Amino acid sequence: MNGFSFRRFRAVLHKEWLQIRRDYFTLRMIILLPVLQLFLFGYAINTNPKHLPTGLITADHSQDERTLVAALQNTGYYNIIPLNSEAQGEQGLADGSLLFVVNIPPDFDRLVDRGDKPAILVDADATDPSAIGNATAALAGLSRVLDRDLPPNLRSQPAVTPFQVVVHARYNPEALTVLNVVPGLICIVLIFSTLFVTTLAITRETERGTMENLLAMPLRPAEVMLAKVVPYIVIGYVQVAIIMTIAVAVFGLPVRGSVLLVALALGLFITSNLLLGVTISTIARNQMQAIQMAMFVLMPSFILSGFLFPFKGMPVWAQWIGQVFPVTHALRVMRSVLLKGDGFMAIWPQLWPIILFIVVIGVVAVRSYRETLD
Amino acid sequence: MSETLVIDARDLHKTYGARKVVDGLTLAVTPGQICGFLGANGSGKTTTIRMLCGLVKPDSGGGTCLGMDILTDAQKIRRQIGYMTQRFSFYDDLTVTENLEFVAEVYDMANPSQAVAGILERMGLVDRADQLAGELSGGWKQRLALAACVLHKPKLLLLDEPTSGVDAKARREFWDLIHDMAGEGLTVLVSTHYMDEAARCSRIVYLSDGKLVVQGTPDEVVQSSKLTTYVATGANLDATAVKLRAMAGWNRRRCSARRCILPGWTAEHLNKPRHRQPVRRSLGMKCRRCWKTCSFICSVTPRHERVFLPPLPRRAA
Repeated sequence: MNGFSFRRFRAVLHKEWLQIRRDYFTLRMIILLPVLQLFLFGYAINTNPKHLPTGLITADHSQDERTLVAALQNTGYYNIIPLNSEAQGEQGLADGSLLFVVNIPPDFDRLVDRGDKPAILVDADATDPSAIGNATAALAGLSRVLDRDLPPNLRSQPAVTPFQVVVHARYNPEALTVLNVVPGLICIVLIFSTLFVTTLAITRETERGTMENLLAMPLRPAEVMLAKVVPYIVIGYVQVAIIMTIAVAVFGLPVRGSVLLVALALGLFITSNLLLGVTISTIARNQMQAIQMAMFVLMPSFILSGFLFPFKGMPVWAQWIGQVFPVTHALRVMRSVLLKGDGFMAIWPQLWPIILFIVVIGVVAVRSYRETLD
Repeated sequence: MSETLVIDARDLHKTYGARKVVDGLTLAVTPGQICGFLGANGSGKTTTIRMLCGLVKPDSGGGTCLGMDILTDAQKIRRQIGYMTQRFSFYDDLTVTENLEFVAEVYDMANPSQAVAGILERMGLVDRADQLAGELSGGWKQRLALAACVLHKPKLLLLDEPTSGVDAKARREFWDLIHDMAGEGLTVLVSTHYMDEAARCSRIVYLSDGKLVVQGTPDEVVQSSKLTTYVATGANLDATAVKLRAMAGWNRRRCSARRCILPGWTAEHLNKPRHRQPVRRSLGMKCRRCWKTCSFICSVTPRHERVFLPPLPRRAA
């Protein structure tokens, strides 16, 4: 009688299921919120912004200059706004209406023709490096745009190199941000909708006063825990189905790997979140505390997982912390299976940390379930 | 000896912070008893009940419940007792039947649907079977809670203020049910603030600050309190009461428009010739001015609520 009883587990499961079904509002939220978030963030997050406002200061309107400005505009990154003075440019950078100010020196044509190699000054607002990164990189190609119009002796000399470096932007040749963001976004949206539902599971019983009765009944911690997690795994899969459908249909997310692998990885990921939620729920004394603890987990999941910022760019200690979170691994699995079409063996190094997390947190959850009211 | 006791708790202690909630409580309940658990709020009733069913671990002391150790066999005890919490602790968003079915399944009952149907019948809940528990009124909720507690046929029922906030008729019906079940051999420990309910118990135990103060049958407890109630009738009693309260020696006594209590005086006491005269005289003398509107004074046996309202009779330490 001290072991796990399937019948008691089923009784709690049935009870949970009835409660979930009757709580229409929460149920609708669970389904609608991820969809809303996916649309919102999928369109909103763009780490490769284009058409950035750029001020142009120039003394004369020569031919070379026009060629240069046209080349700038053709990169797609710059929206040229002619300015009258340097002060206007300073002002624009300061108030944020301009991200770049391009200053072309007077007599540009003449200096070029004389071979004086005149300097074009580009002031950039680097408060958000990721916003201007690609635009700045595009400047490098500009130095050759005048070659066509210049006598051969003034043309830029291609460096003579013994080998060539060719970079292919693989898996995402057009470097579309959306392809990077959406697989990660699926994980982030799932963590939101799954962590919170169980975070409140036990504290809700405590606050409604039903916990005392639950404790007074011959129920084992594992029976209660599992019964509270299982319904949400089912709901989690419904969410995954909806989110994936939208991601593929609306955002054009390719599914190059096995759908089954995605389902397996996300199932593990959802389970890890739900168990983490239950653990928080058993430790917290009330719902407020539980939500604060959940937020404490959510922030690093966002920042250290590699969702928003490149994982490799973090210091080693931060990478170690990031490795603990299942979301870090789920994210990689999603990117590698969906974009690269990786198979099971390739993603196993990301799967076992999630499984380990589930086992550890499951034990903690059952251990921290208080069987008394003390 | 302990074989025959349903509850046999010895020297229970429980401290929350600096406050001794239960302080050396020893409790013995024999089978078939309805044991009333009395005491002011915070006197340790709920904590004691929780210790008996293993929901709270005592700091020291121990004992047995149905012959099983409350410290080590809490899981086993829980299957054989019914515990009705002070606050309604079933699921508002489940129907009456669903709540009961949940309990039946959790207690591993052989034939859940039959058991649920039986208890619905017995508790008169058949008409409400498909109603959500949250939509029930206080009296029905309390019935549902009782039904859920006795569904698995426990041998001991622990009821923590089961009738608080329930109307008089529902309370009487509730107690009739409890007496029925006690008649079938169920032992009941019930905490209450209602003195008419205390009078319906076969035995009462009075707690104050976590200590047992008095116990015995309701009549014994009243007798041992050594209190006398004087009943005054007549006109203008409120004014009389105000004056009585202001007089020396009366200020700590209870004295309302209709009744005055003199601790330490029993009716027999008062009727002994050598006591009667001085007392009556002193009452009469002292009260002459205020008493003139009172037409009649006599002593009666105090009612339970008088005995248990402060100042409390303390057991000689």
